[in-house]
Amino acid sequence: MTDSAQTAGLASGGAGSRRLRGAGNYLALIPFHLYVGVFLILPTLIVAYGAFTTADGHFTFDNVNRLFSDSVYVDAFVRSIQLAVGTAIAGAVIGGMLCWAVVRADPDGLLRQVVIAVSGVLAQFGGVMLAFAFLATFGFNGLVTLLFRDYLHVNILSDASWLYSLTGLAVVYTYFQIPLMLIIFLPSLDGMRQEWYDASASLGGSSWSFWRHVGGPILAPAFLGALLLLFTNAFSAYATAAALISQGAPLATLQIGAAMESEVVLGQENVGKALALGMILLVSAVMVVYALIQRRASRWVR
Amino acid sequence: MRIIGSRGFAALAVMTVLVGACSSSGSSAAPASGAPAASAPAASSGGGAPSAAASGGGSAATATSAADVGGIDALCAAGKAEGQVTLIATPPDWANYGQMISDFTAKYGIKVQSDKPDADSQAEITQATQLAGTGRQPDLFDLGSVVAKAHTDMYAPYKVATWADIPDGNKEATGLWWNNYTGFESIGFDTKLGDITKVADLADPKYKGKVALNGDPLKASAGFNGVVMAALANGGSADNIAPGVDFFKKLSDSGNLIPVDPAPATIASGQTPIVIDWTYNNGAQTAVLAPKGTTWKTVIPTDAAPVAAYYNSAINKDAAHPAAARCWMEYIMSDAGQNTWLKGFALPVRLAAMQTAKTLDAAALAALNPPTTPPVVLTQAQTDTATKYLTDNWKFISIK
Repeated sequence: MTDSAQTAGLASGGAGSRRLRGAGNYLALIPFHLYVGVFLILPTLIVAYGAFTTADGHFTFDNVNRLFSDSVYVDAFVRSIQLAVGTAIAGAVIGGMLCWAVVRADPDGLLRQVVIAVSGVLAQFGGVMLAFAFLATFGFNGLVTLLFRDYLHVNILSDASWLYSLTGLAVVYTYFQIPLMLIIFLPSLDGMRQEWYDASASLGGSSWSFWRHVGGPILAPAFLGALLLLFTNAFSAYATAAALISQGAPLATLQIGAAMESEVVLGQENVGKALALGMILLVSAVMVVYALIQRRASRWVR
Repeated sequence: MRIIGSRGFAALAVMTVLVGACSSSGSSAAPASGAPAASAPAASSGGGAPSAAASGGGSAATATSAADVGGIDALCAAGKAEGQVTLIATPPDWANYGQMISDFTAKYGIKVQSDKPDADSQAEITQATQLAGTGRQPDLFDLGSVVAKAHTDMYAPYKVATWADIPDGNKEATGLWWNNYTGFESIGFDTKLGDITKVADLADPKYKGKVALNGDPLKASAGFNGVVMAALANGGSADNIAPGVDFFKKLSDSGNLIPVDPAPATIASGQTPIVIDWTYNNGAQTAVLAPKGTTWKTVIPTDAAPVAAYYNSAINKDAAHPAAARCWMEYIMSDAGQNTWLKGFALPVRLAAMQTAKTLDAAALAALNPPTTPPVVLTQAQTDTATKYLTDNWKFISIK
């Protein structure tokens, strides 16, 4: 039925049928719009509303002001951004190189299959389990820590306090950033054609000029997109950090958790919403920058 | 340690934060929408309230004592007809809730639905508002004092049969809420590390990387009272917790304090071999770890006045199972119920009366070995002062 309708539309080709098709497309998108509306737009509005109201419903700038005036929140945001940027770059670079290695391998080979399968699992390996895995491995009484100290008599790992710091969080985050990079970036690398390189070479291009003028521009949008995804992935992570560092709430997400869930200090829910609004605006700003770069980077394709 | 699990929600995306924010703010709208639907649960749960009324004479939903519906047996029979009682934030390893629930079901044949075992106090209130009128809302609350006093408009007044045994200072006069059990702030440790008796012992260099506090003091009651305990051991008081913050600062600088969230798994694996927490959390670990060959000892430090904070009981006025809810309260406040807390290293509120009546489980009391000096319990004003100080000063944890 759909086929015949479409065929009829194509055959007559008039403005009316195009409008009809447009309406059909729109109808098909309704579930998506509903989904986005309920789970993205509505919560955002509620967060924005809460951020500008007091506990008893009056308008206020106090909650939002605290994001800028209270050093606890400023520091939390700075640390969250540092952590997200650092682990996104580390994940993108290391994961990108891993992608390259996998692409060069036999496309039907065991290595490729295993690396992709393992990455699929590890990219989702987060939260309390991941934190615990690192504790049990590199913590003060961790397996590797004790192995180094008692059997190899090397003291480089015995001060395990690094694990409970921002450095430790960065290492733990990178652990799930690398496989995520592999999963999202591999298809783009797979799309690269040997023929393009050959064509470039036959016109006298060097390896550098190929990457400068062909490979790089083709991959740049995908790489930037992946980088952005890694950034938001780390920026919004909560459970892993909460399990490793349960004191002092050093990250923005942990501050939101403290504001929302505290059983000691009540009535901070709207401060939590102001913090969430801050995170939303920051990610939105990154998205805008990304879109601009994307447009610039993919201009030659059009 | 139920605060721990509450963090386990897999908030890996900003969106999850948003949805969480959405659900908590949705609560403000819930009472309005819940009101018209309030008659629904009675119908959906097999006519709970009407059957209670039929067997008792008065309605269980408005009963302020068991006598209103013909005594405890009639009340609990009506509760059985309602089918179940819904609890929230009652993990089996918290103050012996596991045994409490199985004993209650064995005695009265009422199924216990235990929702969100790892939720914290504030989440209980949120759940009650959000699920109001659905029949799935919690029938009962088990709340920290700060949260309990902030939501009295949500409770149904009720006086259990043993009401007179509860000291006046431990109950709200009309029966909206009452203190039920308390732990003492304690130090639990693996005895392989040596013997710890005092707060000051924790600063020993040999405990580097071994001390954990259960929860951020600005978030969790156990962590908060851990700081109070350290303050009392270092010349502070209920009005001045600064010495406690300084002490933890010292522990952090020396590397003794690790910011890891202690949980049964981190204790069992030796990652947090010294834990500052309530006696009823630390005490429960002894039996868990014994089969693994680890001797876990719980001490109430000798260099600080004991620190206690009661958990409070209240009945949800919108309970879907009003008779079963009141039956549960009668049970946990009975001699058997109060002794069950004691076996779980929590001090029941009826302690003094039961000691006089010689109905207290002496062996369980000896195992807890509570201090004889009266415990320090912070008032609301003192708590406010303390959290203000903590907000400004609890940010020393080393972030390199």
